[in-house]
Amino acid sequence: MSGEDVQPVSCSIKPPVYLQMGDSETGAAPSGVCVVDVALPFGKPVNIQEITFKNYYTAYVTVRLLRKSPGQEGPAKWCTALRDLPLMDNPHTEAGSQDYCSVHRAQMQVEPDHVTSVRLILRQPSSAWLTFSLEEVNIFPHVEPNPEKEVSDWLSDLTLVDQHPDLEGLPDPQTVSSSIQQMWALTEVMQTNQTTASIGRYDVDGCYDINLLSLT
Amino acid sequence: MMDDGSELSPTVAHIVRRLRGSHLHSQIERRAKDCLHQPEIKLDSLKEDVRSFLKTSGWERQLQNAVYRELQLPPSHPAAPPEHLKEPLAYMRKAQASWEKRVLKSLNSMSTELGVPLARMRPAAEQKELANKWNEMGTDEPDLTSFRPVYAPKDFLEVLIGLRNPNHDGSEAVGVRSHWGLIQVPLNVRDIPQLRRAYSELSLTTGQLGIDDHAHIHPVIVEQDSAAAQQYSRQGCSTGLRADLWALILNSNNQPQDVMHYEQLTAGVIQHDLLVDNLIYKDVKLTASNDDYYFVFEDFLYQVLLCFSRDTAVLEHFKYNSATPPRSFIQGERMSRVIPFHGFSMYVAPLCFLYNEPSKLYSVFREMYIRYFFRLHSISSSPSGIVSLCLQFERLLQTHLPQLFYHLRQIGAQPLRIAFKWMVRAFSGYLSTDQLLLLWDRILGYDSLEVVAVLAAAVFAFRAENLMEVTSLGSAEAVLADLSTLKVMPLIQVFLFATAI
Repeated sequence: MSGEDVQPVSCSIKPPVYLQMGDSETGAAPSGVCVVDVALPFGKPVNIQEITFKNYYTAYVTVRLLRKSPGQEGPAKWCTALRDLPLMDNPHTEAGSQDYCSVHRAQMQVEPDHVTSVRLILRQPSSAWLTFSLEEVNIFPHVEPNPEKEVSDWLSDLTLVDQHPDLEGLPDPQTVSSSIQQMWALTEVMQTNQTTASIGRYDVDGCYDINLLSLT
Repeated sequence: MMDDGSELSPTVAHIVRRLRGSHLHSQIERRAKDCLHQPEIKLDSLKEDVRSFLKTSGWERQLQNAVYRELQLPPSHPAAPPEHLKEPLAYMRKAQASWEKRVLKSLNSMSTELGVPLARMRPAAEQKELANKWNEMGTDEPDLTSFRPVYAPKDFLEVLIGLRNPNHDGSEAVGVRSHWGLIQVPLNVRDIPQLRRAYSELSLTTGQLGIDDHAHIHPVIVEQDSAAAQQYSRQGCSTGLRADLWALILNSNNQPQDVMHYEQLTAGVIQHDLLVDNLIYKDVKLTASNDDYYFVFEDFLYQVLLCFSRDTAVLEHFKYNSATPPRSFIQGERMSRVIPFHGFSMYVAPLCFLYNEPSKLYSVFREMYIRYFFRLHSISSSPSGIVSLCLQFERLLQTHLPQLFYHLRQIGAQPLRIAFKWMVRAFSGYLSTDQLLLLWDRILGYDSLEVVAVLAAAVFAFRAENLMEVTSLGSAEAVLADLSTLKVMPLIQVFLFATAI
């Protein structure tokens, strides 16, 4: 999830290339397909958490990734992470045409790790629109959650106030509070474990006075 | 594929944020604290015991109703700015903003022309006088001749007709997909096969209240279940239960703080006089007071509408509307209002048949306005918005009554020009009241204003034979002038389920 504190990777988004059908002599017609290349910082492959963007009349988007596995000497390979994700319910009508979208790591068919380049293939088959594209493309890196580290950071931020108050004949508050806590816990236990059985061993001849305990 | 769990938790977090700090939240907290004294609550099963207590005492149901209400609101993407949540399409936001500016300008120039300030504090004597005749404001006959309504529905229609998407390729003017109607915006609207699936409870074989009055009734009011009440309302509410059912669906339970809020608003009316008040007076006098069914409620209408125009809680709903409310300052205190147009009071009038207690009437009306009526006079891409309704009406007519549409177009009687005034008022003032309430049952039951567009098309279908004979816009209007004898549900049922496709 792209939390507020996770920054997008700085990437350069190339201008979109609209594919044309036919050649320039007979009159090229728009094919409804457009390719947007997003180059990630050179030499620093990214593990992608999420790709977010704002739609502008694109009907379907395909996400392809150029991945280079570390340690392997071979060239980087292209793979399809997501094919034809629908952004508009109906390519001819407005619904979804200007929405903000996210493509999450979990939606992708391959692990988006060690990615050096991202290619977005946009499709808009309807002739109703003059143009289509994606805007505000952001790629968020995968951040390993490290709960222990977080907790200890938080703890070390606390300033320990270690003052010994001036006690004059009064017992140490620490020992008093711990013994009170013990007593309270005992009463809780007693409350929940009440029995109707009498505490026989302290009853001597019907009398409860401890000074009259029989020693036989 | 997408992990559904991760999709759900931001929604849950969002709803929790919305409900935290609400009055319901503090009430539930207080009840939970109080119940700790009870013997059946044990320490080691504290969580489960408190939960089951809240369930049996009905508080869980209230929480469910509140969550259900929250779920009706649109989901949002974290990167989306607030205006995008209101209205995702940039050109619609722009159109709405410039429309509002126009309306405000008109109001301001009226203020300057007539020399009446937008807002003024009433002198003490006037305040006392108004407080005394609070329940009979209708007897007042102030001079309203110089006040004109700020705009009429037909002015708004012209704005909608002019709406264009800058990215839309309109070069295919005449073609298979050509649209004969006036709305030129490519919104997605449902056709009859889709409507049949969505409105299956209205099929010809399902009993409807008002036609088949022995329809089986479920006691949802005893359960106080909002969602069940909504489902029940789809087949119409019986007259005796309608008031309670609508209040339940709208989650408007007239708590003490609602009564207090209403009283604060009435105090505001007495203290300050707004220019808009005169427009409200005029509107009520021109529309509701002239109507055979509604003139008896004239005083109620003043009470409700004058308070409504001062209610800043209505501001909340503007988060989901592309409109930004006009502001005026009265001695430093900001008030934001809805500017009424000609016929606005007809939104309130039918509700007077259901609720006779002013604060209850007010809170139900306000909730209806926030959920539905505001969409009828603002520009948005919502499926319940007036733009979608107009387009849907035209599409239904063109697809299923092409000869009629073509004929009317040829004689210069574009169907939307006749039907628009019905739809903007959700048919209030055009149908007889019992029929109108049956229509509004379905608006609440399906949480959508789509039935209004469907009914408009069904009315044209019903009068198609007569309309084919007419030769001018005037005579077409005359054929469709009187809808008071129409039975709403048979018309809709026949149009949706008996039309050949």
